[in-house]
Order: sequence, then structure tokens, then C-alpha cells
Amino acid sequence: MEYKDYYKILGVERTATADEIKKAYRKLARTYHPDVSKQANAEARFKEIGEAYEVLQDTEKRAAYDQLGNRWQAGQEFTPPPDWGAGFEFTQGRASTTEAADFSDFFSSLFGNFSRQATAGRFRGEDHHAKIVIPLEDAFQGATRTITLRAPELDAQGRVVLREHTLNVRIPKGIRDGQLIRLAGQGAPGAGGAPGGDLYLEVHFDPHALYRVEGHDLSLTLPLAPWEAALGETVKAPTPTGVVEVKIPAGSQSGRKLRLKGRGIPGEPPGDLYLVLDVVVPAADTERAQQLYRTMAQELAFNPRRALGV
Amino acid sequence: MEHEILTGNIIGNECVLTVEELARACCAEVSWIAELIDMGILAQQGEDQSGWRFCAADLTSARRAARLQRAFEANTEAVAVMLDLMTEIKRLRDRLKRMGLDPDE
Repeated sequence: MEYKDYYKILGVERTATADEIKKAYRKLARTYHPDVSKQANAEARFKEIGEAYEVLQDTEKRAAYDQLGNRWQAGQEFTPPPDWGAGFEFTQGRASTTEAADFSDFFSSLFGNFSRQATAGRFRGEDHHAKIVIPLEDAFQGATRTITLRAPELDAQGRVVLREHTLNVRIPKGIRDGQLIRLAGQGAPGAGGAPGGDLYLEVHFDPHALYRVEGHDLSLTLPLAPWEAALGETVKAPTPTGVVEVKIPAGSQSGRKLRLKGRGIPGEPPGDLYLVLDVVVPAADTERAQQLYRTMAQELAFNPRRALGV
Repeated sequence: MEHEILTGNIIGNECVLTVEELARACCAEVSWIAELIDMGILAQQGEDQSGWRFCAADLTSARRAARLQRAFEANTEAVAVMLDLMTEIKRLRDRLKRMGLDPDE
């Protein structure tokens, strides 16, 4: 595993006071907090910052970390010294095991046994949370998805170790963005014979090339030729369950919405699919096309700017 | 075990989570959940504490509130304002997306 320079991560000196560490953390948290930041790597960076702060804001953990000395470089291959932890008695840290799942192997190897004392007795395992991003099509057909999660577990010595585990999860037809799938007993294992916690999977859809999602409704931009919009015509439109024929009312303009009832995400009741009409002007790139436009200009008394008074 | 296909309960707009389940999912006390309700952060159904039921959006809001509180040591009132603003930003971003516009442009 790689050595992590927590001082460097927070951008403070090794001699920084508790107040300076807190200030540096707050400033970085504002920039990278995943609820606030739109930066692509915000979540990973925020976890790293949180881990550094978790160690440096805690007098015991900071003292222990400092004991490693400054001979290590960030990213250097690291194994804890054999006498690591001797002479330190970690009280129960602020980090719960749920948060520990977000922390690095480096953190776990150093502070993994901090919750040993708290594990005595019988108690239910903690709930875990994860996100799963699925294609929109899964909501129409249902699917089984395989997810790999890192979860903290107690080993035989009572140390917290991060273990990867793979789950096959059924995605039911009709699932919507933002819904949760609760898997009973798939969170942290319980202690002393108590039941395990639950795993909550927060479901999100991958952005779709054609459809935009709002709740259980979908919308699709449907391009039309000017004559299809003006005269009204039956045209083909894609839907997630196959191509349909749609009657375009005569005199339609761009932006008009047509509702295809029940063609949204399945359910009781199912959502609707909205077709947002978009009139596309053909290119006047041939002599013939230019002539047709000129004929229209002459034959149709059409002023699109009449409402502007010009 | 690795090949077993797990089927879970779906939590959506219907309020199904009890206050104990919500508190446990946030690694928090029931009294903290009550504080969020007082601030109008959660939209629970039911009259008294034992009858309160919560939906997926409540769990998402409560966990977000917990993260913000921890990161900034903000009080519940400040977190409520942050959450209101985030909800409004999300609503506007979603609206832009529905209009086919890129909110990050």
C-alpha cells in the first residue's frame, strides 16, 4: 500500500496547530464537498481530505502518525513498522465503520483496530450505503447487475480490514432514478450473534442519448420537416419499447409537446413519454431547393416577425 | 454465495421507513432526526414519533445533512438553508437538462 502524507493533503506544515488544521480542512471541504462541488474528482478528493483530517484532528491518531516520522514520501510503498501501535491506546474514534469504508488501506492498516474496544457485546451491524448507475433500459426490462463494494470487516484479531465483496442484485422493472434498493443483512455484520445491517443502494440512470428522465416520465426531442409540422402527418418515433407511429397535428410548431400516455417508465400507473417537436429547416444547398424556398417566399404571405411590429 | 441473486425492497416516494430505521441508516440518534423534522428538512408522514414514516428523499436529505454538519460543524439551521439552496439548484439544473441545455456550459 502507499504511504499517505496527511499534512501535504491538507496543505499544512507538520507543526500546524489544531486550529490551522481545522481551517485548512474547512477550506478544502468547501471546494471538494461532493454535495457542493461539481468537479469530476470531488468525491475521491473529499474522501482523501476527510481521512487526513480524521487523523490530524485527533490528538492520539496524530501523535501515532507523527511517530512514523518524516522519512516517508507520499505514494511510497508502505508497511506499518512491526512495533506499530505499541504504547498507544486508541479510544473509540469519531469515524464509524461506515466512514471507514471510505478510507484507504493505509488508514486501515494504521488505525484499523481503533474500534476494537467498542466491538464487545452484542449489537446489530451498521447500515451501509452505495450508489449504482444503471442504463435506463433496465427500468423497462429489469436486469441483474453485479456490483463490487469495499466494506470494513473485523478480522479474527478484532482489527477493521477492508474487504471487497461482489453482489448480484436484481434491478426490478419500473425502478426510478433516486429510488433505493434495500438489501436486508448486506451491511456490516453484527457482533455477538446480532443481525447484520442493511445495504442501501441508491439508483441512478446513466444519461441517455435520446431520452431525458423526470420521475417516471420521459421526454424526447422529435425532429420534423416543415411540411410534416405544417400539414400534419404520421411519422415514426422511437420509444424505449420500440418504434411507434405518431400523428402530428397540422399546424404544429417547434416546442409543442405530444404526450404518449403510458410509454414512460413502467409502473402502476406507468409514466408518459413526451415528444417535444423540433421543426428542422432543410438546407438550401441545391438550385432546386433554393427555387422551392423562393417560391414559398413569393407565394406565402408569411412574416414571422409580425408580433414584433416590424 | 457469490452467485446468489439478491432481491431488495424498493424505497421510493412512498413513506415506508420508520424513524428508527432512518436514524440507523444515518448512524444517528432518533433525537437528531426529530431535530431535522423541526427544521422542516424532512417531510415525514404520520402524527407522532412512532407513526412517522419516511421516503427515499428523506434518507438522502438526512445523510446529506449529516455530512454537511460533520464537515463544517454547521448547526441544523445553517444545514437547512444549505439543503434548500441545493434543492433549488438541482431543480433548476434538471429544468435546463430537460430543455436540452448543458447546466455546466
